[in-house]
This record gives sequence, C-alpha cells and structure tokens, in this order.
Amino acid sequence: MTSYETVFILTPVLSEDQAKEAVKKYESEIKSFGAKIKHSESWGLKKMAYPIQKKSTGFYFLFEFEATNNTVADFELLLKRDERILRFLTVKMNADHLEYAETRRNKKSGKAATAEA
Amino acid sequence: MANDIRYLTPINIDIKKEKYCRFKKSGIKFIDYKDPDFLLKLLNEQGKILPRRITGTSAKYQSRVNKAIKRARHLAILPYVGDMLK
Repeated sequence: MTSYETVFILTPVLSEDQAKEAVKKYESEIKSFGAKIKHSESWGLKKMAYPIQKKSTGFYFLFEFEATNNTVADFELLLKRDERILRFLTVKMNADHLEYAETRRNKKSGKAATAEA
Repeated sequence: MANDIRYLTPINIDIKKEKYCRFKKSGIKFIDYKDPDFLLKLLNEQGKILPRRITGTSAKYQSRVNKAIKRARHLAILPYVGDMLK
C-alpha cells in the first residue's frame, strides 16, 4: 500500500449538493476498490487561473488515500470517463509529503476549531 | 590634488550579498503545489519560473520547485501565461 493524493476539479455547472453527491460517490468507489481514505477536503468553488472547457471556476476537492497502484489506475479511469471532471492530478506521496500533509491537516483543523469557538 | 574627490562618509560600493537557498535555511523539505501564494515568490510577473541564479535556490530544491509549479499549472492553481501577477 502506498499513499496517494488526488486533486480534482468538478464543473461549476453543478449545484453544491450535486457536487457533494459526486464526491461521495467517488469516496465509496475508492473504498470499493479496497483503498483506505485518510482525508478528504473540499476547497469549494474557486476561480481558476485560466479557463478549462470555457469555464473559469470549479469545485476543487482533495483526497488522500492509501492504495495499490492498480487501484489508482482504476480510479483515474473513472475520473477520465466522467464529463463533470474538468481536471485531476494524482501524486504519490513520499515521506516529506506525508509529514507536510499531517501538519497541514492539523493546522486546518486547529483553525476550524478556533473559528467555531 | 585638484581632481581628488573626497567624501565625508565612504560611499557604498555594491557589497555583494551572499545568496542562500531559502529551503535549506528554513528547513522546508516539501514544496506544496497547492499553495499558490508561496509559489508566487518563485515566479516573475509573467508567471515564468525564476532561475536559480536569481533566487539562490540549491539545485536539489530548484528541481522540486519546478515540479511543484508545473503541477500547480496543470490544476489551474497557477497560470501558464500571466501578466501583472505581482
């Protein structure tokens, strides 16, 4: 099992609920491949640096998961086939990356906790 | 000694500042492609990657910087071509 990180962009045509639903579907899809999701994150509707498929905004999502290389290929095939996905990138995480992701997550959760309090 | 110019305070003749690698100095091991604000420091106004001779980054980290920037460009976090980025 290796750790991977995937960022993908959904079309802004979808409503927020539809986007969330799509993400949920992918989460369950990954799990069905036998991978473990460690972290998932939504960045919300963001403006892109340049238009993709004539759209200037998109819903950004981030998955961190542990899987085998075959799983990644299967998952990427799914993303490729989906018209709602504008762009995606899967990155293999090395030790430094994992450490960084950990601190980043803690920072984020800490921030969220203080915002709520 | 007619053409001998004298200054009250010695003029500053460009003292060359020692360049250093910011990643080595501050102990950054991983360069995040998801953080455009940080990567912007390593780009010029047109969104081109600044060379090592200007930023002082070591070869090891420059290649990581390049990778991170290219990943960010693919995800439309940074532009491929830009204008007035700073």
